[in-house]
Amino acid sequence: MAIIKVKELTRNYQRGAETVRAVNNVSLEVETSDFLVIHGASGSGKSTLLNLLGCLDNPDGGEITVSGREIFKPGMKLSEGTLTKIRRENFGYIFQKFYLIPTLTVFENIVLPGVFYCKDCKEKVLARANQLLAELGIDKRRDHLPGEISGGEMQRVGIARALVNNPAILLADEPTGNLDSKRANEIGEILTKLNRENKKTIIMVTHNQDLAKLASRKIELSDGQIIFPPCPGQSKIVHNQSTFL
Amino acid sequence: MINIYQVAFKNLLRKKTRSALTIVGIALSAWVLVSLFGFNNGYEHSLNRDIDNLGYQMIVTAKGCPYEAATLMLKGGTGLRYLKENLTNEIIKNREVEKITPMLMQVVLDPNKGESGGLAAFLGVDPATYPAMKSFLKFQEGGWFKPDSQKEVVLGYEAAELEQREVGDIYLIPEKNIELKVTGILKRTGTQDDGTIFVPIKTLQQAFGKTGQVTGIGIKVSKDADIARFEDKMYNLPDVQVVSLIQVKQTILNLVGTAKVMVLSIAIIAIVIALLGVINTVLMSVLERYQEIGILKSIGAMPLDIFRMVWTETLILCGIGSLVGIVLALLLAQISDLMIRRIIPYAPSGVLVQVDLSLMMFTLLVMVLIGLLGGIYPAWRAANIRPLEAIRAEGE
Ligand SMILES: Nc1ncnc2c1ncn2[C@@H]1O[C@H](COP(=O)(O)OP(=O)(O)OP(=O)(O)O)[C@@H](O)[C@H]1O
Ligand SMILES: [Mg+2]
Repeated sequence: MAIIKVKELTRNYQRGAETVRAVNNVSLEVETSDFLVIHGASGSGKSTLLNLLGCLDNPDGGEITVSGREIFKPGMKLSEGTLTKIRRENFGYIFQKFYLIPTLTVFENIVLPGVFYCKDCKEKVLARANQLLAELGIDKRRDHLPGEISGGEMQRVGIARALVNNPAILLADEPTGNLDSKRANEIGEILTKLNRENKKTIIMVTHNQDLAKLASRKIELSDGQIIFPPCPGQSKIVHNQSTFL
Repeated sequence: MINIYQVAFKNLLRKKTRSALTIVGIALSAWVLVSLFGFNNGYEHSLNRDIDNLGYQMIVTAKGCPYEAATLMLKGGTGLRYLKENLTNEIIKNREVEKITPMLMQVVLDPNKGESGGLAAFLGVDPATYPAMKSFLKFQEGGWFKPDSQKEVVLGYEAAELEQREVGDIYLIPEKNIELKVTGILKRTGTQDDGTIFVPIKTLQQAFGKTGQVTGIGIKVSKDADIARFEDKMYNLPDVQVVSLIQVKQTILNLVGTAKVMVLSIAIIAIVIALLGVINTVLMSVLERYQEIGILKSIGAMPLDIFRMVWTETLILCGIGSLVGIVLALLLAQISDLMIRRIIPYAPSGVLVQVDLSLMMFTLLVMVLIGLLGGIYPAWRAANIRPLEAIRAEGE
């Protein structure tokens, strides 16, 4: 079943007199437990597309459906509050720069989404946070501040935070962009495990070739359009057929 | 689990100096506010007490400037004109009168006092009625002269010190050669009574050749009397003027009112400055955390959550600031007292700035309300930050 479905999606930016089509007529279906990697040159529209898929941005045209619920279509606009609810029920976001709150400890950062919204209940959030600390190997850093831990550990905290409310979909924009290759591979392993064992749907933008190999599907963007796979019918591919490997 | 208020509090610890300076600003304006309210409270109270301490609320004197008469009572000066003593009998017929006492004031230059001589202020009082009217006067030593006594004297605290007399000593009225025996020395009162030498009125009248004359008649009006009507009645007596302390109090309160307006304007300016300080601090911290707030929204915070968080920050600043200010006001009450004494026209002897619990609660409430008001704009700005704006800034 397609967990995210987009049809003829368009997002324009105005740069002076010129209109930039950052995402141009993109149609795509993301299946439950897909590990989708979005690839493409710098400025090709990867981040823009990822933000649209994650309901962080409004498109100028086209349709988006998440878990069977229509989010955007021509003539429909959801309020910021409704969008927030959709986001926190469905998505976990992992950022290149981690964006941990510097005044809160590792543990407090992880439970933070539960402060605003408890999908289950506080006890479950706390239990899951402790479990994630152990699973991600950062339990010794529990009471440290973000400034006191390494970049790799920070991204683990970022992943734990994205997972604490148990979302179905994980979105990651260059999650290893600020890490060396060893740490990047460790993050890759964590994501693969989440995808294989916990059946999380993962959509990731990355330049890292090693990380891209972990994907079950890839798309390549150029000037806001999907250039690989060449036609939507062939969207499901095995990763070693990909053109960029 | 950590809650949103703790998140807000921890954020204030991020820029400690900035938060501390803002708190100092709020504390200062809370201090001004508490002291002002305390003054409002204490001043009238002290003034009333001073007036009560006189024992009489009304004094009848011979015609002259009313302010002079007011000064006569409040400062113990002299502006001596005389009335017939038997006027007392006429006044006491009014049913509004509860107690009445004749007084004769005399001031002499005592050449033996100090280097160039000093003033000795005598008050001739009726041993039968005066002590009863001023029942609150306490003795350091001894007591009042006996009701029928002639050659006795009671000294105010300072007068006794100046004359260096103790109970049982003999006091000599300067240049009159009249010997009086000291029967009592009053405790310090902080009023003109301290410098006064109390002598039985008959003795004083004889000594100064003023038999049958008085300088003032003190009247204690009964509690439920219509003071204004009674005053009018007194005015109808020939060659008499009435100084009602109700009037004097009103005059003083009017004068003080102007001073109050000044202090109030200072308080308002202080509050506005503190408020701007709070808005500035919180707004800056919101703009600095633009990305962070965007991230909070992307991980599930509703606009209202962010609004509450930032509003809480303002509230914490104002709360802590006003608590510090209130404690400051309590600790420095005496200093505020001295400062206020310098600007107001007449300061009663008691406590001018009276800070009580309800006043502290009220100030806290006012400051918190101000904080809530000042917090609205920064909180609204923060609540409206869009999650994407933070993430978009990521690549840049
Ligand atoms: N807020 C914006 N205002 C104007 N133009 C924008 C904005 N965001 C993106 N663009 C433009 O849209 C296009 C796509 O940008 P996008 O950030 O999606 O690219 P990207 O593939 O993520 O690039 P990179 O690999 O460098 O992150 C670019 O030409 C970019 O300059
Ligand atoms: Mg990008």
